Amino acid sequence: MTAKGWRDTVPGGWIKEAGNALEYKTGNWRSIGPVFIPENCINCLFCWAFCPDDAIMVKDGKMVGVNYDYCKGCGICARECPAKNKALVMGEEG
Amino acid sequence: MATLRELAKEDLFLSSGHRMCAGCVAPVVVRMMSMAARGRNVVVGNATGCLEVATTIYPYTAWKCSWIHNAFENAAATISGVEAAYKALKRKGKVEDDYKFIAFGGDGGTYDIGLQSLSGAMERGHDIVYVCYDNGAYMNTGIQRSGATPKFADTTTSPAGKVVPGKTQWRKDLTAIMVAHNIPYAAQVAPSHWRDFVTKAEKAIDVDGPAFINALAPCPRGWRYDTADGIEMCRLAVDTCIWPLYEVENGVWKLTYKPKEKRPVADFLKAQGRFRHLTDDMIQEFQEQVDRDWEALLKRCGEA
Amino acid sequence: MAQKVAITGNEAVALAMKQINPDVVAAYPITPQTEIVQIFSTYVSNGLVDTEFVTVESEHSAMSASVGAAAAGARAMTATSANGLALMWEVVYIAASNRLPIVMPVVNRALSGPINIHCDHSDAMGARDSGWIQLWSENTQEAYDNMIQAVRIAEHPQVQLPVMVCLDGFIISHAMENAEVLPDEVVREFIGEYVPQKTLLDKEHPVTAGPLAFTDSYFEFKRAQAEAMLQAKPHILEVAREFAKISGRQYGLFEAYKLEDAEIGIVVLGSTAGTAKNVVDKLRAQGVKAGLLKLRVFRPFPAEELAAALGHLKALAVMDRADSFNAFSGPLYAETAAAMYDSGAQTKMVNYIYGLGGRDVGLDDIEKVYGHLARIAESGKVDQRLNYLGVRE
Ligand SMILES: Cc1ncc(C[n+]2csc(CCOP(=O)(O)OP(=O)(O)O)c2C)c(N)n1
Ligand code: SF4
Ligand code: SF4
Repeated sequence: MTAKGWRDTVPGGWIKEAGNALEYKTGNWRSIGPVFIPENCINCLFCWAFCPDDAIMVKDGKMVGVNYDYCKGCGICARECPAKNKALVMGEEG
Repeated sequence: MATLRELAKEDLFLSSGHRMCAGCVAPVVVRMMSMAARGRNVVVGNATGCLEVATTIYPYTAWKCSWIHNAFENAAATISGVEAAYKALKRKGKVEDDYKFIAFGGDGGTYDIGLQSLSGAMERGHDIVYVCYDNGAYMNTGIQRSGATPKFADTTTSPAGKVVPGKTQWRKDLTAIMVAHNIPYAAQVAPSHWRDFVTKAEKAIDVDGPAFINALAPCPRGWRYDTADGIEMCRLAVDTCIWPLYEVENGVWKLTYKPKEKRPVADFLKAQGRFRHLTDDMIQEFQEQVDRDWEALLKRCGEA
Repeated sequence: MAQKVAITGNEAVALAMKQINPDVVAAYPITPQTEIVQIFSTYVSNGLVDTEFVTVESEHSAMSASVGAAAAGARAMTATSANGLALMWEVVYIAASNRLPIVMPVVNRALSGPINIHCDHSDAMGARDSGWIQLWSENTQEAYDNMIQAVRIAEHPQVQLPVMVCLDGFIISHAMENAEVLPDEVVREFIGEYVPQKTLLDKEHPVTAGPLAFTDSYFEFKRAQAEAMLQAKPHILEVAREFAKISGRQYGLFEAYKLEDAEIGIVVLGSTAGTAKNVVDKLRAQGVKAGLLKLRVFRPFPAEELAAALGHLKALAVMDRADSFNAFSGPLYAETAAAMYDSGAQTKMVNYIYGLGGRDVGLDDIEKVYGHLARIAESGKVDQRLNYLGVRE
């Protein structure tokens, strides 16, 4: 984003582009991350409920993967995955 | 109560790309409030603190709804002004849509410096929901003790030293203080128990008048545990009865979750670096206090 | 038709608020402002206004709620004095930096301590760098007129700044005077429907109000805020011109009283101008070329205009009803002196701190000041820059 001169600022510094933090990718904070193993997934969506960064992608009610643009690699999703064989495991590839 | 499958279809009002620490549970609190508020227009107020700072670093905002930050201690007064404006403008036909008003403050901004503002707003009866995300210290300024910090916790202003073993006071019971305002709804929640959380949040949002929600929000930095364990910390707090889940609806206390087996507080304390210095005697003292509080709560809830 | 009524300053301000009929008023009582809140409460409870009246638990919350309300697109007001303003301090700045057109009568009272409920200007002067426009009133009429003009000034799209309307505690707030009040519909038409420049209550356009601005953006917002204050000046004058059409009363950045051919003069704020005008008349009758400048608009500070109006004087006293405790001068002197210096004026200047904590200022006190000025004008020398008027030695 190019820095604005003062004449082009919004009075009061209000931000009008709601949710534009999506342009700010936090994925590079991650050293290791969750690797998704679809065949183990029971679609409980606990990972989605507990991810602080909205980095679990759900489509038609199904977990479809991790959004590595934003995943910070905290490991909550993998920790909370209740499947007998975990569908999310922390690894270098994540 | 919706299923996660249904909730996951909703566009929540906090986006990715915010800069809360990895594993911070505060954004989970916000997301669950957003799940509860689905389908409604919401204006959010936010006290200064980690959540406010890390979600709105100019020119970026992680908020998809309208959001206002004023200062540290006045989120409640600020949102009460927004709500008053809404009422006036709605009455005059200048605003047509319906809105709900939710304020978020950390425990510092809520138990301590913002208590007066919160008390005033609750007493005045604004139709707002105030959510305290309680991470048990002033995290944004570097983990200083607050009125919500548990006894013995090692913080940067209650450092465990040779003479003083961390914080020397017990927490204040803010939820009970809010209940004493005779508001129609107050509840304590923890994100680990998401169904309980979202159910209570829906009640709080839909009740006519002020509602208060105290939400446990573990902080991996301040509590010193592994970033993956935030939800587990909530579970431990609930199962040890350090953070009981209950609600008070029009003065009626109700326990919403009773652990099958009450776990020893040591399970919670020993999982965190901030309690590493505790002796067995201190843990015992802690256990006794939690037991007393739990018994008192059971009585209030008609469970004992 | 305008109506002449006997009315106190507080009553006139409350009446103006009723005529403005704001969407939200959030206020807290403090002497000598209390009556404004009380009178306004009766308007609310008798259905004479459509206002959402927020009876906050403190002034800090009064300003906080006003900020919330204004951010939500409401015409918002509060009112305070002294310690109340001091308690708001933090949020007073935030209101201005968010560019919210809140109007706030400030019934000037001494700041503690010791605690004192009477008039001086230490409250508003302390907020002089908060980014609020400040309009000062000499009497009830001006307080009323300033209130109505303040709404238009604050809400101008190029301004979008909050406005304080200052009136001297007790001296104006509690004294019964004759004033002309405008009919409700004339006021309503003058201020017009409020069209907010921004609002939290537009679901199609959600906004983030009050984000964190780091070193890479904060300065730009502040520069833009400074520009708004600069831009306010012509709009204040434009609003005054339009106000003259409905009221017949003329307002400017200041009032020059017998100043044109004067050799000695004083600069003064608020009710003391009334007393000082009497002194000027008396001195004029004695053949002394005395004049006076009563500042109405302290923020934005009309530096060039002031210097142009005062630069011909041989000697000038700036009257400060507040001390800066800076071992140099009161606030009004410092700024006036800076304006005069920049203009190259050769006027000799002195500062008088007076009337703190409601200390009476009589005709003889003001005469003493003019006497001092006459001596300076004659000698061409300033013996003592900083002077305290009416304090026991
Ligand atoms: C009036 C005022 N005092 C102090 C501060 C400094 N300050 C900013 S955030 C903060 C701590 C916030 O703690 P808390 O409310 O618990 O939220 P957290 O950061 O833990 O999320 C402090 C002390 C401030 N911004 N304003
Ligand atoms: S590791 Fe953390 S941030 Fe990444 S998807 Fe899992 S819960 Fe979300
Ligand atoms: S310091 Fe703690 S509360 Fe603050 S963002 Fe980091 S984890 Fe969250």
